[in-house]
Formats: sequence, structure tokens, C-alpha cells
Amino acid sequence: MKTIGVLAFQGGVIEHVKKIEELGAKPQLVKKEEDLKGLDGLILPGGESTTIGKFLIETGLKDHILNLINEGMPVWGTCAGAILLSKYIKDQGSGVLPILDIVIERNAYGSQLDSFKKEVFVPRFNIATECIFIRAPKIVEVSEGVEVLAELETPIAVLQKNILATTFHPELTSQNYWHSFFVKNVVK
Amino acid sequence: MSEVVNERYELNKNLAQMLKGGVIMDVTSPKEAEIAEKAGAVAVMALQKVPADLRKEGKVARMADPKIILEIKSAVSIPVMAKVRIGHFVEAQILEALGIDYIDESEVLTPADEEHHIDKWKFKAAFVCGARDLGEALRRIQEGASMIRTKGEAGTGNVVEAVRHLRRINKQIAYAASLSEDELYAYAKELGVSYELLKKTAQLKRLPVVNFAAGGIATPADAALMMQLGADGVFVGSGIFKSKNPEKRARAIVMATTYYNDPKILAEISYDLGEEMEGIDLRSLSEHELLSLRGN
Repeated sequence: MKTIGVLAFQGGVIEHVKKIEELGAKPQLVKKEEDLKGLDGLILPGGESTTIGKFLIETGLKDHILNLINEGMPVWGTCAGAILLSKYIKDQGSGVLPILDIVIERNAYGSQLDSFKKEVFVPRFNIATECIFIRAPKIVEVSEGVEVLAELETPIAVLQKNILATTFHPELTSQNYWHSFFVKNVVK
Repeated sequence: MSEVVNERYELNKNLAQMLKGGVIMDVTSPKEAEIAEKAGAVAVMALQKVPADLRKEGKVARMADPKIILEIKSAVSIPVMAKVRIGHFVEAQILEALGIDYIDESEVLTPADEEHHIDKWKFKAAFVCGARDLGEALRRIQEGASMIRTKGEAGTGNVVEAVRHLRRINKQIAYAASLSEDELYAYAKELGVSYELLKKTAQLKRLPVVNFAAGGIATPADAALMMQLGADGVFVGSGIFKSKNPEKRARAIVMATTYYNDPKILAEISYDLGEEMEGIDLRSLSEHELLSLRGN
């Protein structure tokens, strides 16, 4: 059975845990270094990227996670998680785990009044999936080697080897397409 | 309820879900907002004065000046919430026009209406409301609140009421979950809430929206206590800015909310925080001084 970690400082943790269980994998909450042992993959959930980033730095988890990703551990950032993984944050330097070759803009749609839901066709799945954007970021630039999996004017889901990022929240829907893709295809 | 209203409500519940496990801090200036963001707050609550000062003054407390709210909004990148008086739907219209992320219809301000809360379904903006028990929580949800916080007794630095309210809500949900369908009808009537909403709550064995603890939380241990009792997160007000070292205390409360289950880490976090806010023994307050009794 695959063990999928969920970074559990704050945010949409339980929603990811439920999805992992539905897919028959084993969730593991990650708050300390020892929680990283034996993981087949790691999810960085939505929440507040500043808050989660702070915890990553102060606990020292930042370096451990970066090492694991460099060694090939699959990782998936949703919303705030995608910001953490980005090499460039527009006007703000870089994410705390700067490993994904994209430029991302935080809070790019506006305030909560601009949060929205939309069905977006995903060529890789050959199906439209429900995408929920909550104070979401926008991916404004993608480097070579980064595959765009879904777009809504700008890229909203990208894959770079073992790193998956979505600017929306698949864990908030009743669908399992994205979790299934991560657990079965990204996590080998 | 139309589909559009429903979708908007779901999105507003979703934002609260993303705040879980975090701390929301009251702030009265851009400088305090920066301290809160730096300490790791997941959102700030913009208001003119912290609850401890509102309590002392005893004057009419209203929505903060939009100037303060907008200054706070531009000082931080985390969500900004702001308070309106209970029933004051025009203050809420103003906050919605300002593009605020969450509106708190709050008993900490002087109520504008003694009978009616705001019809929150009329707004696109998200609302959080206070509750002391399950009936109050579900009535606010029926009116369109997409997040609940226990009321506690704000501005006292005394956690006893927050504990009472959270325990009471948990106990009432457990009781509802133990009832048969016909008994649920009677209980819904007793609580003054809709049968459907009570049934849904009983099935979920929790409130159908995110529930944060609030009112009187002043130490890291207080925050961890509320989390262990089942809160989804914590609101902190006067507890931080009425203590000697707000930066350090704010950070400690954020840490304690995440590591709430780890006494060893809690011991480290609580070490040498400096003088805390002075507490008020609630027995020394008369009924008209209790904020949590406002709005029902």
C-alpha cells in the first residue's frame, strides 16, 4: 500500500486525507521530520502560504523535503502548496521550496468575492474536472520541461517530472480524478 | 435557494476550510496586521479597537472606519475580515463593497438590532457569526453564515466561557446524533432550528461549517486546549496586543494551535513569554457587561 504524506501545519489537510483513504492508500500527517520517513509521495495542501512557509522554515522541514524531492519523491502542491513549490513568485521572490520552474502570482483573481468554480477539460484525462479556485494564484509563466495539464486562459495544472501543482482545490470536490492521477501516475 | 446562491455559499465555506488549524488575529492598525502576518496568522480581523478596550469604554462600538480597513488590507496578503454590528446590514453592505474576505457579525460590537440578525443569503460576501450553543450556531447557519466561532467572553483574557460554549455545542451534537428521527423533530423544535439542518449535523457528528474557538484566549495553552476540545482553529483578540510582548506571544499561539497535541513542544512554546494580559474574573461582571449574551 502506498503511503502519502499530507503536510499538516494548517489548511485543507483532512480533505486530502479523506481522498487518499478513498483511493485505498495510506495517509500520513506530516508535522515533524520523523513523519517524512517511508513516504511514497507528499501533498502540500491549500491554506495560507505565508503561514505554512513559516512553519517549513522554522521546523527545518524545508531542507528535508527539498532533499526528498530532489531524490525523486513525488510531491503535489494545491493552491498555497503550488506557491510554496514555485521558483518565482511575482514581485515576491521565490517559494519556500523553490523547485518548480514556473512564475506564479499570489491572489491573482482578487478577494474572496472573486473566488469561483469552473469545469475545465483536461486532455490527459479526456474529461472535464470540477475546479474550485479560492483566493487562487495564477501561473503566469512556464519554463521548458514543465508540462501544462490544464488551462483556464493561463495554466492551472502543471507537471515537472515528480512535481505536480494545481492552482485549484480538487480535494474540495466529490471527484477523484486528480488524486487518482497523483497516486497512480506520479507516485510510482 | 438558487443554484448561484448555493455555489457562492459553498465557495465561502471553502475559504473557511482553508483557514483550519490556523489563528485569526484582531488588529487595529497596519502595523499590528504586519505583526500578525509575520507571526503566521492565517487571517486578520480589522477593527477600530480590540475587545478589551471596547469593554473598558462601554461606548457604542461600530464597524471600523473603511480607511483603517483598507490600510490593513493593503498591509497584508492574508485574508482580511472585519466586524459589523449584529443586524446592521448596511455596515455589511459597506464591507462587501470594500471587497472584504469575511464579515464577522459580532456581539463584540454594540448590536444594532435586538431581534434580527442579517439575512446573509442576500450577500455574496462570506459571514462568520458567534454562537454559545448548537441552536444559536444552526440558526446563524440557516441565516447564511458559512463559518461559526464560539463566542467565549471577548476582552477578558479568561477562557472559561469559550470552553463552556465549545463543550456545550459538542455535547448537543453528540446528543442529536443519539436521537431517532422522530426525536430529532422534537429536538429541532426545542432548539428553534430546521429539522433538515439538525439531521445533517447529527449525521456529520459536527457542525456543517468550520467552527473556530474565540473569546478570552490569551496563552498558547488556551489555544491548544480549544483545539484539543475539537475547535477547527482559534481567534485571538486582546490576548495578544494587551500582553507585554505581542510578537512573541502571537507566534507562540500560532505554534500552539498547530502542535496542540504535543505537550513537549507546548512546554517549549510557553517558556518565558513575558507578562500576559490581565484577566477578568467573570463573576465580577454583571449581566449587562457580558458580551456573549448579545444576539441569540
